[in-house]
Amino acid sequence: MSALFKRVLGGDSEARDIVVVLAVSLLLWEAGVRLFQPSPLILPAPTAIVAAFMETPLLFLRHLGFTLLMTLIGFGLSVVLGVALAVGIVYSRFLERTVYTLLVALNSIPKVALAPLFVIWMGTGPQPKIAIALMLGIFPIVIDTVLGLRSVDPDMLSLARVSKASSWAVLTKIRFPCALPSLFAGMKVAISFALVGALVGEFVAGSYGIGFQILVAQGNFDTVRVFVSLLLLGIVGTILFFLVDYAERLLLPWHVSQRARHERSADRA
Amino acid sequence: MLAEPARVADAYVSLRRVGKTYASSRGPVNALVGIDLDIRPHEFVSVVGPSGCGKSTLLKLVAGLEEISSGSLLVGDAPLRGPPDGLGVVFQRDVLLDWRTILDNVLLSIELVRKPRAEERERAMALLSRFGLGGFEHRFPWELSGGMRQRASICRALLADPNLLLMDEPFGALDAMTRDDLNVELAQIWQDTRKTLLFITHSIVEAVFLSDRVVMMSRAPGMIVDTITIDLPRPRRLAVRDSAEFASYVHRIRHHFAELGIVKE
Repeated sequence: MSALFKRVLGGDSEARDIVVVLAVSLLLWEAGVRLFQPSPLILPAPTAIVAAFMETPLLFLRHLGFTLLMTLIGFGLSVVLGVALAVGIVYSRFLERTVYTLLVALNSIPKVALAPLFVIWMGTGPQPKIAIALMLGIFPIVIDTVLGLRSVDPDMLSLARVSKASSWAVLTKIRFPCALPSLFAGMKVAISFALVGALVGEFVAGSYGIGFQILVAQGNFDTVRVFVSLLLLGIVGTILFFLVDYAERLLLPWHVSQRARHERSADRA
Repeated sequence: MLAEPARVADAYVSLRRVGKTYASSRGPVNALVGIDLDIRPHEFVSVVGPSGCGKSTLLKLVAGLEEISSGSLLVGDAPLRGPPDGLGVVFQRDVLLDWRTILDNVLLSIELVRKPRAEERERAMALLSRFGLGGFEHRFPWELSGGMRQRASICRALLADPNLLLMDEPFGALDAMTRDDLNVELAQIWQDTRKTLLFITHSIVEAVFLSDRVVMMSRAPGMIVDTITIDLPRPRRLAVRDSAEFASYVHRIRHHFAELGIVKE
């Protein structure tokens, strides 16, 4: 925490900009609500939202935890299955013609519209939430990973053939590391999609999770509690995205997009 | 039908009436026609020709990366089926893997098959320092200049001590000064190791400076139009390029290309 303060006060312009923009928007919001006095049914003030959260913080956090768990399981499955599918598609003509074509066709259906179907199939427990999160998350993973696995320099593959490398060695030592930047790009999209998926699952059916909380608050015209849920979702979504981003920086210091960042921070130091 | 030229008895690489045809949407395209070429062991042969004359295709055939459409191609007395044993290849782009250090990149061809032994590691280190990359073993490719990267890719090709080295315009992407440096370094390393070497280039000066023989190719479909033996003393230093003999070799090749309408004189 103190490190964060140091960054904000110590002239790290990126962190300072973010904090300033957030603080100013919240101040404007608070001032606007006090000045124009809109009905609390339409727009509550930030202070009122925080107060509503503080009334029952554990309740919100419990439901948020459930949604987070559904998101993470769905996301994890979409990464594992997505990468496996992508490898299959790249290595097998048959899979490319069948599965890849099918995936692209499926992707053009608004997948949220399939959510009720999952409730019919799997009931109202955690399964349909995970399944919908998985379904939304897997497309960007597969498509980006296929792209990455194919982006290997053909001369590199010639070199591997001259060295008599097995296809397993080519996959693990050349193709997969080469695809990692694309996989991370897909994961950044997928983590947000998985959260949407979990939420949609809770909207459609269920009695738990932050999506369910929103529905209950809506039923009671309790706008403040809707806003609490939205704010919590915003915070969690942002944290999830930056966790993936952080993992990328740790794992891919060699990648072009990361190098520029390293150099920038070196310039600042 | 022309009589088949006599096979050079001790040739390491031997191409006889080799043709390469590609299928395209507008029917078959002849990339190479009637290529006769023998490369003796420990010989440095350059192939020089205009862009798109099929010289890179020729290299891919000898590397076993593509199949010949007609004729015969022997490497080490056996018809070629896939990449032969004891082969090293250097491409125009260094294709180093960004996530591996220079040392690990040099060890890659071994690591693709098995775990490198300690003495192979030492050999890689020795090769790198021989090419002026000592101290850069644990750097990443993107921290090095283009010339240093290409040096590393030559080390990678040399690590397994190949019988045959194929180089496809390896210095084509480098600036003129770095290119001169690498010409001298390659001439030196060839002098020491005497690898059988097939070198593809579009620089006549580079070909004359490095080679025992220069093979001239015509525009597509690629055919061999002439082969010139370069009888300059070795070891060769850059100064040899100022000599009258050197100039006359370059002139002869350029003149021949001009007659064919490939270059302007």
